[in-house]
Amino acid sequence: MSKIAGSPKVANLNDLLAVAYQIEIDAVERYNLLADQMETHNNPELVKVFRDLARAEGIHGEEIRRLAGDFDVVAHARQIAKIERSESPEEAELDSAHYLMTPWHALQLSLAGEKRALAYFTSIVETAKDPKVKDMAAELVEEETEHVNLVHRLLRRYPQPSESWAEDLDPPASQE
Amino acid sequence: MSTVDTRRVYKQADYKSDIKPIWCPGCGDYHVLMSFARAFAQLGLPPEDIVVVSGIGCSSRIPAYTNCYGFHGVHGRSLAIAAGLKVTRPDLTVVVASGDGDGYSIGGNHFLHACRRNVDMTYVVMDNRIYGMTKGQPSPTTEPEFDTALSPGGTHLRPFHPLVIALASGANFIARCFSGEPNETAAVLVEAIQHPGFSFVEILSPCVTFRPDEKAWKDLVHPAPVTPTTDPGKAARRIMTDDGFNLGILYRGNREPFQPAVGAANVDLSELEKDFEL
Repeated sequence: MSKIAGSPKVANLNDLLAVAYQIEIDAVERYNLLADQMETHNNPELVKVFRDLARAEGIHGEEIRRLAGDFDVVAHARQIAKIERSESPEEAELDSAHYLMTPWHALQLSLAGEKRALAYFTSIVETAKDPKVKDMAAELVEEETEHVNLVHRLLRRYPQPSESWAEDLDPPASQE
Repeated sequence: MSTVDTRRVYKQADYKSDIKPIWCPGCGDYHVLMSFARAFAQLGLPPEDIVVVSGIGCSSRIPAYTNCYGFHGVHGRSLAIAAGLKVTRPDLTVVVASGDGDGYSIGGNHFLHACRRNVDMTYVVMDNRIYGMTKGQPSPTTEPEFDTALSPGGTHLRPFHPLVIALASGANFIARCFSGEPNETAAVLVEAIQHPGFSFVEILSPCVTFRPDEKAWKDLVHPAPVTPTTDPGKAARRIMTDDGFNLGILYRGNREPFQPAVGAANVDLSELEKDFEL
């Protein structure tokens, strides 16, 4: 199912800013939830990765707030920016989490989220009739493209783990 | 004269407690918790007017993670507790959370009679086809050939069919959801809570630790290609012949909920205590 199914209708520039803001805030919440899970399951390296990702998305959200100027994008987001079906494009997939996951896995989740956001804003550029919406969506496409490139750069630091990454020498129970 | 709408608008966060869940990362129950909060927010119910009741198991930890009233009961007895609560406090919204072990095995008999009694409450069973909390024993919904060190060669027992049992026993609303689709699940929960009588919602919620094979569920689930029916015969045929991955509202009955007249308690507790004096 598409990650943008049932996404809110973007009728004008304020709607677009509200949706863009909400997408970032949803991502912040999701990364913090994943960080909490890793904290509970004693994977401190991943706690840091997810908290850093949450912080980065929060900064993006603030940038959108600044772009909106005097317009109360937070209140408008609360009113209109609800994805009716499935999840917000940039939210990392919860069901892909694992207690032994590595930073490479976390960044793969992040990359997938950035790509979904990129596809979402690209679809707005392609379909918007209002030139202001089209221009702003194009800016957001540039922004998301940069995020995708950034995650690719970060991935160079974390090579793909071996196939046995999920092997637990003290597993929860024998599952022979 | 115009009136000011002073009703508070609730957000999902208003229904979540500060306690961090200890479920395994990747567990479907995280999504179910999210769906609860979304459904409650959509209904605009004050958290103090909702009671989440549970038994024992991974899924039954959910009351602690909500900011509503909660009752973490004994194994398999959540429905009895919830029914007692609802008939004495019909003003409250009662949601019961359970799992396939707690709900269908230890609490199996309560399940039948809760459906039959048709008290106005919502029963959510997070089905992962395994006892997760006690390390992976087969549950009533585990496949007969599920072969592990804890069930060598599989149990060879026919799995329990909760939706058919619920329909035959008199549940007034029956739906199946998938945890990985939290918005769709929240929408079904909204309808289940609003529907009068006993609503039963089975949520397929993968156990990533003991049933990693259930990760494939997200590719198997699909919306039920039918509209909900009020005809139990039609619903029975649908439920008995579907592939187990049909999602949506499968039956919407119109039985009157059971709500006995319950007056205010007029009992002097100190008098009652005397009966138990040794």
